[in-house]
Amino acid sequence: MDFDLTEEQRLLKESIDRFVADNARDPGAHGAAPDDKALWSSIAELGLLAIPFSEEEGGIGGGPVETMIVMEALGRGLINAPYLPTVVLGGGFLRLGGSEAQRQEFIPQIVDGSLTMAFAQLEKQSRYDLHDVTTNAKRDGDSYVLDGRKGVVLGGDTADLLVVTARTSGARRDEKGITLFLVDGNAEGVSRRGMPSQDGQRVAEISFDNVRVPAGRVLGAVDGGLPLATHVVDVALAALCADSLGAMEELHRLTVDYLKTRQQFGVAIGSFQALQHRAADMLVAVEQARSMAMYAAMMAEESDAAERRPAIAAAKAQVNRSARSVGQEAVQLHGGIAMTWEYKAGHYFKRLTTAELMFGDTDHHLRAVMEAGGLVEEV
Amino acid sequence: MELRFTPEEIAFRDDLRRFFREKIPAEIRRKVAEGRHLEKEDIVTSQRILNAAGLATPNWPVAWGGKDWTPVQRYIFTEEMQRAAVPLPLQFNVFMVGPVIAAFGSEEQKKKFLPATANLDIWWCQGFSEPGAGSDLASLKTRADKKDGKYIVSGQKAWTTLGQHADWIFCLVRTDREAKKQRGISFLLIDMKSPGITVRPVITIDGGHEVNEVFFDDVEVPAENLVGEENKGWDYAKFLLANERTGIARIGLSKQRLARAKRLARETESGDGMLWDDPDFRRRVAEIEVGLKALEITQMRVVANQRHRDSDKPDPASSILKIKGSELQQATTELLLEVAGPYAIPAPEHDQPEGWNEPAVAPAWADAAAPLYFNYRKVSIYGGSNEIQRNIIAKAFLGL
Repeated sequence: MDFDLTEEQRLLKESIDRFVADNARDPGAHGAAPDDKALWSSIAELGLLAIPFSEEEGGIGGGPVETMIVMEALGRGLINAPYLPTVVLGGGFLRLGGSEAQRQEFIPQIVDGSLTMAFAQLEKQSRYDLHDVTTNAKRDGDSYVLDGRKGVVLGGDTADLLVVTARTSGARRDEKGITLFLVDGNAEGVSRRGMPSQDGQRVAEISFDNVRVPAGRVLGAVDGGLPLATHVVDVALAALCADSLGAMEELHRLTVDYLKTRQQFGVAIGSFQALQHRAADMLVAVEQARSMAMYAAMMAEESDAAERRPAIAAAKAQVNRSARSVGQEAVQLHGGIAMTWEYKAGHYFKRLTTAELMFGDTDHHLRAVMEAGGLVEEV
Repeated sequence: MELRFTPEEIAFRDDLRRFFREKIPAEIRRKVAEGRHLEKEDIVTSQRILNAAGLATPNWPVAWGGKDWTPVQRYIFTEEMQRAAVPLPLQFNVFMVGPVIAAFGSEEQKKKFLPATANLDIWWCQGFSEPGAGSDLASLKTRADKKDGKYIVSGQKAWTTLGQHADWIFCLVRTDREAKKQRGISFLLIDMKSPGITVRPVITIDGGHEVNEVFFDDVEVPAENLVGEENKGWDYAKFLLANERTGIARIGLSKQRLARAKRLARETESGDGMLWDDPDFRRRVAEIEVGLKALEITQMRVVANQRHRDSDKPDPASSILKIKGSELQQATTELLLEVAGPYAIPAPEHDQPEGWNEPAVAPAWADAAAPLYFNYRKVSIYGGSNEIQRNIIAKAFLGL
């Protein structure tokens, strides 16, 4: 039992924290729009895109703890970069399910910053169920032909390479019969409509209209893609928990600072016990979230789904609950200023809310905990 | 970061699991599991078994029967004891007065009290709170005036838990009425048989006799019963309360209660199936389980970080553990109440009416559910109420 960072992890954290301090986003500030390309190449230069990959593949052999360090910092700095879709999700699919050839082809491109990825899975009817898939893939000679529509694809409007869930057999909600495909974002028949998300990231609707995908671009087993997708999404959920943790930490710090400086009735409003107790409860919520973000990181690479799933679901449920209360309380304790676009607090609130709705809300994950029979039994 | 225990720690845990289940009488453990009232003998029997095995006072200095355990081992010990429904060693002896005497007492006091305290030959109770000094403990008024080499103690203590069994009481008393609040307080050990002491029971809402009022009417206390220095009692009390707060989360106990509630729900008929099949019920269980897992990891973080804690730095951890730990203890008693449902309503007397031989409609465990639920409202009040904990976080840690 050990919650310390190793020496390498501590150094990594220091360098990322420095980077984030220099590049923290202030969405309310006036001035030129941020240069996303420049940001991505400095993230690549810092080595962050190499983190989860093995050294033979050009990576640095980091694990979920390293990913947690990065995501927590990105959340703290409100930094919008397609790290989750490219490195965590896309990279996760390649690491955990890619063939030798696929890994050799794509991982070096992720590491050097030249390839971005996205995971296209959500459909009109699917909500949070990864196995609810109608996008269809038919075998035709040496390739498959994909038809269907996906939405809310994080980073999907500009991604070079898409991981797409499609049905190769079975009915809409069957767990079997789902296959994962690596699809070129600019392939013929792929059309995309990009838009900002509520927290200023990019999402896309993507149509697949007779898109021909070579059989060599099947990721993992035909008809057996769901366990892989579930595992990679669990890795992403652990990363999202860390992003939310970073955002919560900073939002709590911002709120406590404000309570100390804002004067009303001739005193700092932080001298009022009604507000002190709420600020204390926010800290409790942040620490509960921190514990579960750590738990998620330690469980994310567990290959036994029966162990991993309830743990990750419990972590996301707790982080969601904490995120909602910390976000709402931060706005309330600030008062009117937090309602303005110009002030930072509201943007943290929106990032937390967006993350809450990504890959499963609280109800969804509590149901998963329930279905697993819970976490504690009599000894 | 590593969540798992080492193989040595797992062996340590398994030994304890076996020990608790084999050596502590099943009847005592059943009472604890069902949240029933324990007799004095139950607590004494259990603690003496632990003490004979050297397990009653692992938190004490090694010279006085403590164990040279790592924080992780201590954590495993407490967790396993709670999960096995073993009565915790009497906290007034083991976590409060024992460590204070070991740290601040004279050699004579150590020799006289520590072995007897460990073996529960002396039963201690705590004389801190007063009718006018609850959360504001430092405003206590019980006075001890020095006269002819003795202290003369007068006043009243409140909420004295299990004082009806006690041989001795450790008290905070005011020895300097001129000094500011915390400055004039001393830590005094008083024999409960001393003339002038009256113990009056206070029956709590669960119908139990757990707490008492203790009155001191010119009670003579030998000066050698002062612990440490006169007027330094507040420091010793703070040391003691810090001990109290880290143990207060009682995560093992909540896990045991939660697991038991789940088992009972699987055995309880409801509608066309079992209560466990009810998604509303399962959802409530899941909500508690998630919070409990988070707190368990929080506690593990605190335990794992103990080896590099700078004790001068304010640490909100014990307050967080107190707030969340008490909320979750209460949530598990609520859950057990809901499992018992309407069968929790009767409060049967122990004597069955003559000639009534019908099997009971209510399950045998159900009548303990409501009293336990009522009784556990105390946990967010004692040990520094949860509102006091929020004050501590706000002032000492957030700087508000």
